[in-house]
Amino acid sequence: MTDIYQDSTGQMIEKQYTISILTEDKPGLLNTVTIVFTRRKLNIEMINVSASEVEGVSRYTIVLTTTKNQVEKVVKQIRKHVDVLGAFVYEEDEIHYQEIALYKVPTEIFIGGVEVEKIVRANNARILVIEKDYIVIEKTGHKDETSALFDKLKKYGVLEFVRSGRVSISKSKRKTEHFLEELEKSTTHSLNNNGTVN
Amino acid sequence: MGQMDTLQKSSTSATKKKMRITGSEAVILSLLEEGVDTIFGYPGGAIMPIYDSLYHYQDKINHLLVRHEQGAAHAAQGYARVTGDVGVCFATSGPGATNLMTGIADAQIDSTPIVCITGQVPAHLLGTDAFQESDVLGISMPVTKWNFQITNPDEIPGAVARAFYIARTGRPGPVLLDITKNAQFGELDFEYTPCEKIRSYHPYPPVNTTDIKDAARVINSAEKPYILVGHGVLISGAEKEVLELSEKANIPVASTLLGLSAFPPDHPNYVGYLGMHGNYAPNVLTNECDVLIAVGMRFDDRVTGDINQYAVKAKVIHIEIDPSEIDKIIKTEVGINADAKQALERLNPKIEKADHKAWIEEFRKLEKIEYDKVVKRDIYPEGEQIKMGEVVRMLSEISNGEAIVVTDVGQHQMVASRYYKFRKPNHIVTSGGLGTMGFALPAAMGSQIGKRDEKVIAIAGDGGFQMTLQELGTIAQYNIPVKIVVLNNNFLGMVRQWQQLFFEKRYSFTEMTNPDFIKIVDGYGIPSKRVSERKDLQSAMQEMYDHDGPYFLEVTVEMEENVFPMVPSGDSVSNIRLE
Repeated sequence: MTDIYQDSTGQMIEKQYTISILTEDKPGLLNTVTIVFTRRKLNIEMINVSASEVEGVSRYTIVLTTTKNQVEKVVKQIRKHVDVLGAFVYEEDEIHYQEIALYKVPTEIFIGGVEVEKIVRANNARILVIEKDYIVIEKTGHKDETSALFDKLKKYGVLEFVRSGRVSISKSKRKTEHFLEELEKSTTHSLNNNGTVN
Repeated sequence: MGQMDTLQKSSTSATKKKMRITGSEAVILSLLEEGVDTIFGYPGGAIMPIYDSLYHYQDKINHLLVRHEQGAAHAAQGYARVTGDVGVCFATSGPGATNLMTGIADAQIDSTPIVCITGQVPAHLLGTDAFQESDVLGISMPVTKWNFQITNPDEIPGAVARAFYIARTGRPGPVLLDITKNAQFGELDFEYTPCEKIRSYHPYPPVNTTDIKDAARVINSAEKPYILVGHGVLISGAEKEVLELSEKANIPVASTLLGLSAFPPDHPNYVGYLGMHGNYAPNVLTNECDVLIAVGMRFDDRVTGDINQYAVKAKVIHIEIDPSEIDKIIKTEVGINADAKQALERLNPKIEKADHKAWIEEFRKLEKIEYDKVVKRDIYPEGEQIKMGEVVRMLSEISNGEAIVVTDVGQHQMVASRYYKFRKPNHIVTSGGLGTMGFALPAAMGSQIGKRDEKVIAIAGDGGFQMTLQELGTIAQYNIPVKIVVLNNNFLGMVRQWQQLFFEKRYSFTEMTNPDFIKIVDGYGIPSKRVSERKDLQSAMQEMYDHDGPYFLEVTVEMEENVFPMVPSGDSVSNIRLE
């Protein structure tokens, strides 16, 4: 019998996983979901909750670094909560994903030179807002890309920096609506008197 | 089985009439719609409107006033475990609700269907640190199968219907409804429709045909197959199907703590009780079997010991209704995610007849060793002092193994599990997963209310008994005829045993100076007796058993008795110690 806490090579390999969860849009569910991580002392690196393409259904995107074993168990325990419609775990190459970062910098760093402007252009970032005292730069991309821009702007003085949680879409062709239809059709809700499913 | 009865009961009694009533009355009517006739509870400010409505329905609902909310939760658990129906308890906001939590956590880990209704401060005071306000939803979230706060009276019937449906279906568990006072006072047009479906909740996964085929193939080619039965067998009512599987292919059967009473203890294929203080053969031979068929159990660490040295030669087939349990602890060869009864009904016809006589004989050989080294000395001791094992053996004989035995937690629990012969299903009520001291007395009370015509025996140690002994008040007030046996060794015995074996006898805060229990019980008007000598034991026990009404028996047992066999914590089941 192999140790379930190890993978087939006998080592505990940690990787970044993206968990995508569909739930009913109800108060308290975020807590219900995060408790599953807290219990195992797992740290959530990014979390995003938003509406999905189906009304009344929320989509959670959670990113964390852990072992395959651990993440699979966590997903099963999330799935079993009553108002959770589905939970799926993806490795990096199974999803398309994006994050957005905002950088608030002093307006004066744009004055009297082209260096900052060049950085913005080279990084495919854009100017979101221009105020008398500050300018907000926006960049979408993966973490390494938004971090790289931050590093470049740092020496000019960044007043505030914020990066969103990841949003992701799986590479599978499954349509959320179809998935929900399947759930609705599923007939495994009760046992009849013969102990068989009706 | 119980769950199906209830399902049917509720679906035939749906009312179609609409009435303008208060939220608090709607709570009571909704409970009646679910077939509730018993509530264990304790009133207080935030739940007073509900209690006021209950006052008018005393002819339909039997409410028992407990002495502490923990007692209400455990009583509801006891009721649920012996009847298979949902146990119900009431408590007020704040401390009333927080006192329920131990029982709720216990029900969660031991898959027990209970619905807890707590009062809450009015909605406009939520989050303001109002008097007796606590975040009951937040506190109970990790220990409930589902919880919900009702702030609007219109939500009441739907939420109650959902609560009962969730509590009793699939892997059962506790549900909490927190109802603000304004929702209790407010009015609604009452109409009740039982819940039959929740799109995000699929309590009975369909049996997968491929899994059944795979499992049958593995079992049919096994040389040393071995069945482990857990609580899931009792919950799904699969006792007959397990028996059929065992007899058809001649497979030995062992039980977990909560699985006890699922398989007849006198059956030639029954090999005993698993776990840290379980029997010798079923533990050791786990590492000899080549196919392990686990039914409705979850490989608790008290059963497996070190998982790296568990079932080392076995292909594991795991039949389990909760998908998150499959591959959680032990990697399976075949996981069958389904109700135990449904799965076995499909599996059994595919099983070929087989003869594993020599394999079962291996268990019998080890059983003989255990009998000579441990059992004999426990149940027929020759020393001067009374041993826990002989008390349990006598109880088992007097009751013919047919009483409902409710235990507390600790040494006496292990001894009771080892030596009581549970001949009727669902006749052991014990706190397995959580190990809650103080469980026995209130749970016995609830069990007795659930099964009024059966004998209910609570067995507790002197430590656990004192954690909830105030429930003697409830037992006396309602004349609940439970028989209470306290095995008194003036120690927190199990902790002391570990201190002796693993902490070089440093008895750090395990010795107890106890009160005169007889005087206390006498204060409640409950008849009692104390026995310290063996010659008085049999007759005292018989007297207790035959007594019409509650009875308390204190037995002074050997102070430093140890429970063996024992798998040292974190060690392999193969290294189980006989002494």
